[in-house]
Amino acid sequence: MITQTADWFDERLGIAKFTRKSLNKIFPDHWSFMLGEIAMYSFIVLLFTGVFLTLFFVPSSKEIIYHGAYKPLDGHKVSEAYASTLNLSFSVRAGLVMRQMHHWAANVFIAAIVVHVCRIFFTGAFRKPREINWVIGTLLLILAIVNGFLGYSLPDDLISGTGIRIAFSIVLSVPVVGSYLAFFLFGGNFPGDSIIPRFYSLHILIIPALIAGLLGAHLAVMWHQKHTQYKGKGKSERNVVGVAMWPAYALQAGGFFFLTAAVIAILGGLVQINPIWLYGQYIPYKVSYAVQPDWYMGWLDGALRLMPSWEIVGFGHMIPTIFFPAVLLPGLTFTALALWPFIEKKITKDNAEHNLLDNPRDVPWRTSVGVGVLAFYVVLFFASSTDVLANSFQLSLNFVLWGFRILLFVVPPIAAFVAYKVAKEAGSVPGAGRRKRANVILRTAEGAYYTEKTAPRSPQHEEEIAEELPEEVEYHSLHGHSDDDLVTSAAPTGPSGPSGSPSHAGVDVGPLPSGGSGIFRIPRVRRSAMPETGGEQIGGIGDRG
Amino acid sequence: MTKVERDGAFTPPEVEIVEGKRGVESLVALAFVVSVLASIALAVTFVLGGQPQIEGVLLFVILAGIGVGMVAWGKYLVPQGPYSQEREVLKSEIAERQAFLASLDRGQRQIGRRPFLMKLMGASIGVFGLVNLFPFLRSLGPQPKKALYTTPWKKGALLVDANGSVVTVNTLEVGGMVTVFPSYNVGGAISQTVLLRAANTDITTRPGRETWGPQGYLAFSKLCTHAGCPVGLYQELTQQLLCPCHQSLFDVLTGATPVFGPAPRPLPQLPLYVDSSGYIRAQAGYDEPVGPGFWERGA
Repeated sequence: MITQTADWFDERLGIAKFTRKSLNKIFPDHWSFMLGEIAMYSFIVLLFTGVFLTLFFVPSSKEIIYHGAYKPLDGHKVSEAYASTLNLSFSVRAGLVMRQMHHWAANVFIAAIVVHVCRIFFTGAFRKPREINWVIGTLLLILAIVNGFLGYSLPDDLISGTGIRIAFSIVLSVPVVGSYLAFFLFGGNFPGDSIIPRFYSLHILIIPALIAGLLGAHLAVMWHQKHTQYKGKGKSERNVVGVAMWPAYALQAGGFFFLTAAVIAILGGLVQINPIWLYGQYIPYKVSYAVQPDWYMGWLDGALRLMPSWEIVGFGHMIPTIFFPAVLLPGLTFTALALWPFIEKKITKDNAEHNLLDNPRDVPWRTSVGVGVLAFYVVLFFASSTDVLANSFQLSLNFVLWGFRILLFVVPPIAAFVAYKVAKEAGSVPGAGRRKRANVILRTAEGAYYTEKTAPRSPQHEEEIAEELPEEVEYHSLHGHSDDDLVTSAAPTGPSGPSGSPSHAGVDVGPLPSGGSGIFRIPRVRRSAMPETGGEQIGGIGDRG
Repeated sequence: MTKVERDGAFTPPEVEIVEGKRGVESLVALAFVVSVLASIALAVTFVLGGQPQIEGVLLFVILAGIGVGMVAWGKYLVPQGPYSQEREVLKSEIAERQAFLASLDRGQRQIGRRPFLMKLMGASIGVFGLVNLFPFLRSLGPQPKKALYTTPWKKGALLVDANGSVVTVNTLEVGGMVTVFPSYNVGGAISQTVLLRAANTDITTRPGRETWGPQGYLAFSKLCTHAGCPVGLYQELTQQLLCPCHQSLFDVLTGATPVFGPAPRPLPQLPLYVDSSGYIRAQAGYDEPVGPGFWERGA
């Protein structure tokens, strides 16, 4: 049955080659490779729960009188957006769980991306040939943060409304075009009626489409380039060692999606998040104490608090103080992040392809840069709670603020220095990262005991551990025979066997078939009937998976 | 060994089967069964009207059941290898690259023969884009023009509170505070203003503002000059206004000058007078833009 279906599709789409390669794809096994998966699975949960929410949410700031299930607000003037959020929380079956899952999934999504970026950074997985995916990943992080903020703003509650007010001021602070940008984005001066509908179409359509597209590209590039792997027995720059896609990895990854969704579900069910009925409708002249955004905006909020009140005025123009922490800082942050692979290449002059990952301790300088930069943002993150800290520890706000200003410049160098020293130290331990050799207690004929270290495993033994997937072996032996049709279409570029086809040995292949002009003339015949030399060279371009 | 024949007949090869321990098989089976039971329970919950916490827990059990079953199956009941697979060289072979460059070059030279047409094509597409960008941007929102410089406050505007009640000279005790609006713009996001009453003797008036605060009544724009949050918290003891967003502090008695935090400028002050009926009115609108800074604003 399955083979018949597969045949049906192959006759129409010719899927056998690509699908076979995919089914036999090898995935290295390590917990740190699942961080990106958590991000992707949270995104899927976001799509499912988000679609559910769109069925009930009304993106309108039109004022109505609330008469719903939440009695304390009965008779209050609220916006349709706020009222519909209350309704879907209290009157729609599973509505509250879905809304809270959606919010939790967003927080998990961005957290997983951040940790995933750290993993990629500290292990050097961004190095050639994976710079493109690093840049795509940076874009995904930015889009995720922006979309998180937009979604957080939609219910039109007091806390998120204050956030939108700050966002308006931030856009306004951009030199030269700021006021136009803000008026065009918000449909006029703050607050206006366009914010909610505009944020809605950005939040549910435009940015998710961009995320989905870039995520697809991210996965396709990763699929094509194959995974990196940690150094270890039998692993080299030229191979991938791990479990096969079908069925082991498919089952594990599929199961991991459900586990991720399960964790998000229990968070959504049991841990309250964003109870907007307690905050109330957004009213421009009202504000509550301890206003804080979602965690991923914390570093920006912290930067806004720590920035001194410098405003640049001259020539009849002004660069407002919030421009520096709220526009310049994130701009520089994400630019530097996106360009890091190229910056590192400038420093190391390393143009080699890297498929084996670094252990962070083996590259102390990169580890130290990473830890230092991370420490900077962690300090900013905690600075977003200056008021709460001052309150709960009975300190003066002044003390806390200046404390953070000093910490911001003191902690990163110290963290970087410590990281450097620790990495150096750990890296210089003899045999670091290798399995310890066992001590065996032996008894002599006389009855005396002594210990002896077991012999180290021979490198040869380690090389032999990973074998090829049985189908792969058969596939190669299949093509060892001279079946012209199969050989012509697959041999030059297919995954090479243990021997490797000539091209993979790094030897430049043959002279140009037509010679002279450099332009190939493609014979107008079916490919299978092509002359063998020409057919191989040209057919090869399209055939690369 | 697999036999692949020209007519597509397929003989399944022998495959490696993992003889799992019975315990693992039972675990997988149990996980799936528990998941099914939880799904039934969730359906019952919905029929009974639903309850968020129970729904969340049941969803957890359903999803975790499927997840545990699949992962355990994939981890313990199918071959794990490790298998090794050779990486293909990403870079194309020289011949392929040359062929590719040749094709690229061929097309380029074939259209490059007519540079004038190329430029015209570029121009037509570019102009199309630019011309369409203009109405698109224009329909997104009005031009800022003077909107950021003005507020609804006008000469003679009557001060009312958020409920629309008129503010008289007796409304506030010394040390009191209320949010006020012009009577024709109650609840306005831009016109929101804090009205405070300080003891006359404490006030240090800035030059030119001697008449602005009759009987200790002082009115300041409620929009923080930092990021535009409402400066909502009034500390009566220190006579300071606190912005809860980023903790800027403004000293009321010296004309709402910032004394702490990131706010760069004092809150603009609204000049007041008391009319013959004892109502408080604005002498004029604000003499500077309210709220956060922007490029066109000079100082």
